[in-house]
Amino acid sequence: MSVQSLQPGWWKTPVHKEERIWITVALIWCILMTLIMPLWHVVGEHNPSAEYYRIAPEDFDKLTDEFIDKYKVGVEGDFAVVEPPAGADIFLRGSQWQWDPVLKLKVNETYRLHLSSIDVLHGMSIYPINLNFEAVPGYDYVLTITPTSTGTFNIICNEFCGISHHNMMGKIIVQ
Amino acid sequence: MEATAEQFRTCATTGLKVHGPAENLIKTNAVTAIVFLLVGGIVGLTLVLTRWQAVHLLDDEWFYRMLSLHGIAMLVAWMIFFEMAILYFASAVLLNCRLATPWAGWLQFLLMFVGAAIVAVEILLGNADVMFTSYVPLKADHMYYLGVIIFAVGAIVGCLVFFGTLVVAKKEKTYSGSMPLVTFGAAAAAIIALFTLVHGAITFIPTWAWAAGLAPMMDAELYRMLFWGFGHSSQQINVAAMVAVWYLLGTLTVGAIPINEKVCRTAFVLYILFINIASEHHLLVDPGLGIEHKIWNTGYFMHLAVLASMIHAFSVPAAVEVALRKKGFTRGAFEWLKKAPWGNPAFSALAISLVGFGFLGGITGVVYGTEQVNIIAHNTMRIPGHFHATVVVGTTLAFMGLTYYVLPLIFLREVAFPKLAKIQPYLFGLSMYVVSITMMIAGGFGVSRRSWDMSGIESPFQVNFGPVVDLNLAIMGIAGVLACIGGAIYCVIAVATLLIGKKVEA
Repeated sequence: MSVQSLQPGWWKTPVHKEERIWITVALIWCILMTLIMPLWHVVGEHNPSAEYYRIAPEDFDKLTDEFIDKYKVGVEGDFAVVEPPAGADIFLRGSQWQWDPVLKLKVNETYRLHLSSIDVLHGMSIYPINLNFEAVPGYDYVLTITPTSTGTFNIICNEFCGISHHNMMGKIIVQ
Repeated sequence: MEATAEQFRTCATTGLKVHGPAENLIKTNAVTAIVFLLVGGIVGLTLVLTRWQAVHLLDDEWFYRMLSLHGIAMLVAWMIFFEMAILYFASAVLLNCRLATPWAGWLQFLLMFVGAAIVAVEILLGNADVMFTSYVPLKADHMYYLGVIIFAVGAIVGCLVFFGTLVVAKKEKTYSGSMPLVTFGAAAAAIIALFTLVHGAITFIPTWAWAAGLAPMMDAELYRMLFWGFGHSSQQINVAAMVAVWYLLGTLTVGAIPINEKVCRTAFVLYILFINIASEHHLLVDPGLGIEHKIWNTGYFMHLAVLASMIHAFSVPAAVEVALRKKGFTRGAFEWLKKAPWGNPAFSALAISLVGFGFLGGITGVVYGTEQVNIIAHNTMRIPGHFHATVVVGTTLAFMGLTYYVLPLIFLREVAFPKLAKIQPYLFGLSMYVVSITMMIAGGFGVSRRSWDMSGIESPFQVNFGPVVDLNLAIMGIAGVLACIGGAIYCVIAVATLLIGKKVEA
C-alpha cells in the first residue's frame, strides 16, 4: 500500500522482468531524444543561432536608423522599405508596437539578421512559415537566414509587450 | 509543544489517528484552493470566449488583465494551496503524527492568503498587466512583486512545517521502518518547492526593489533565466505532488500496491535531481546562452527527469492492474480494465489524468523542448496547449479526484450529488483534452499565445490564418465552455458537500 510504511528489506525486492524491460526501453529513448539535438547541428539545416552580442538599446536603435538611411528604397504607410544587398548585415528593431523596417530580400541569398528590441521583450514570429525567435533588449541576436521561397511574410509579435501587443506586425518581402 | 490526546480522533475507515490542528489546516487550505479555482475558472471562461474569434468577448485591456489573473489564480494559488493541504495530510495523517508547530502552519496560510490577495487586487486594479511571467522591462506596481514574495515566503513556511513533522514522527516513533510512498513523493515535491522558491526570491526581490525605485533593473535575459528556474520548476512541484496523488488514488480506489517501491522511490529522486535544471528550454531561441549549454541543460538532464515520469507511467497502471486482477478480473488481457470502477469519480479522474498527462502533456513537452523543434513552437499556442494537458488535465484533475476522498475522510461528509460527481471527471477531463489538442493545432499554424486578436485587424499589416484555424478555435471555445461547466460542477459539489452533505461517523 502506498499509504503504509515499509519494513526493512524492501530495498532488496528484485525488479520484475517486465518493468526492467520498460525502464531499459525508456532510457534508450531518452538518450536518443537527447542525441538528436547535437546531431541535428551536424546533419540538419535548421538550427537556432548561438551568435549574439551585448549592445545598449540606444546603440541598436542608432544602427537600425543608419541601416534604414543607407538602403531605403521607399515607404509603405509609416514604415520605411529597405532593400539591402545580398549578404549584407540587416537589422530588425522591435519597439512598442512596431517592427522596423519593412525588409525586401532576394530569394536564395544569405543575410545576417540582427534582431533586438529597444524597450521591452518582443517575439519575432515569421508568418506563415512559423519561425520564432526572441528579441531581448540589450542583446544583438544574429540569425543567419536564407529565404528559400518568394512572397510576402508577416512578422507577428509573440511575446506580450503591452496593451497593443496584438497590433505589432511587420513585413518581409522576398523577391 | 506537546500534543494532547484530546487533539486526536481515530478515523473509522482507515484506523489512522488524525491530529485536530492538522485537520483544520488541511480543510482551510483545501477550501481556499477551491475558491481560487472558482475565480480562475470564471476568468478562464472569459478568456476562452475571447480567443474563440467569432465571440471575442473581452476588449484588449481586460483580456490581458484577465490572462494575468488566470495564471496567478490557477497556476499559483489553486495549486499551491491544495499542495499545502497534501503536505499536511501526507505528513501528519499518514504518519499518525501530530503536526509540528501548528502556529507556523497558520502563518503559512496567512502569508499565502495575504500575498495572493495583494497580487489579485493589483491585477484587477490594472497595476500589473504583465502576465504570469512579468518579464522585465515590463513593469508592474511594486506591490505586485511584494505580493508574490509574501506568498512564496508562506509556501516556504509550509514546507518547513512539513519537514518538521517528518522529524517529529521519526523522533516520536509514530511509524516504523521507511515512510509511506505517498509521504515520500510529497517530500520530493517539498524539496523541489524549496529550491524553486529560492529561485523565486532571487528573481522577485531585486525586481521588487527595481519597481520600487531602489535598485537598477536586472538584465532582461538574466531575468528570463532566473524566472524560469522558478516558473518551470514550480510546475515540477505540481508533477511530483500529482504522481504522489496518483499512487494515493490507486490505493484508495482499488487497493493498488506499487509493484516495486525501490523503482518508484528512485524515480522520485530523479525528479529532485534533474528536473530543475531543465528549465532552460524556455530560452532555446533566446540570445545569451551557448548551444552546448542549452543542449546539456535541456537535453541530458531533462530526459532523466522524463525517465522518472516514464517509470511512473508504468508503475501506477501496473499497480492498478495487479490489484484488479487479484479481485478476480483475470479473463483475457483486458477484463481488469473493463471491470475497473469507472463510476467512481476518483478512479476515472486518476485514469483520465494519467493518460492525458502522459500522452498529451508529457510527449508534447519533450518534443517542444527539443532545440530545433522549439523554433516552430516557441510562444505559439502549442505551448498553452502543452501545459493545459500537464497542469489542468494532469494535476488539477488528480487533485479533483482526491477531493472525492478528502470530503468523507477529512471533512466527514458524504459527497453531495453523487450522480453529478460520477460524470464530472469525464466532462472536465475530456473537454480539456480537446482544448489542449485544438490549441496545439492552432499553434502549429503559427497562432501566437497571449494575443487578444490574431488577425492584426487594427495593425498596419493583416494576417489571415484561414478557416482551419477558425474552426479549431471554435472547437476550443466550445470545449472550453464544457470544461468550465465541469469545473463548476466540481466547485458546486465541494461547496454543497460542506454545507448540506450528510455527516459521516468520525
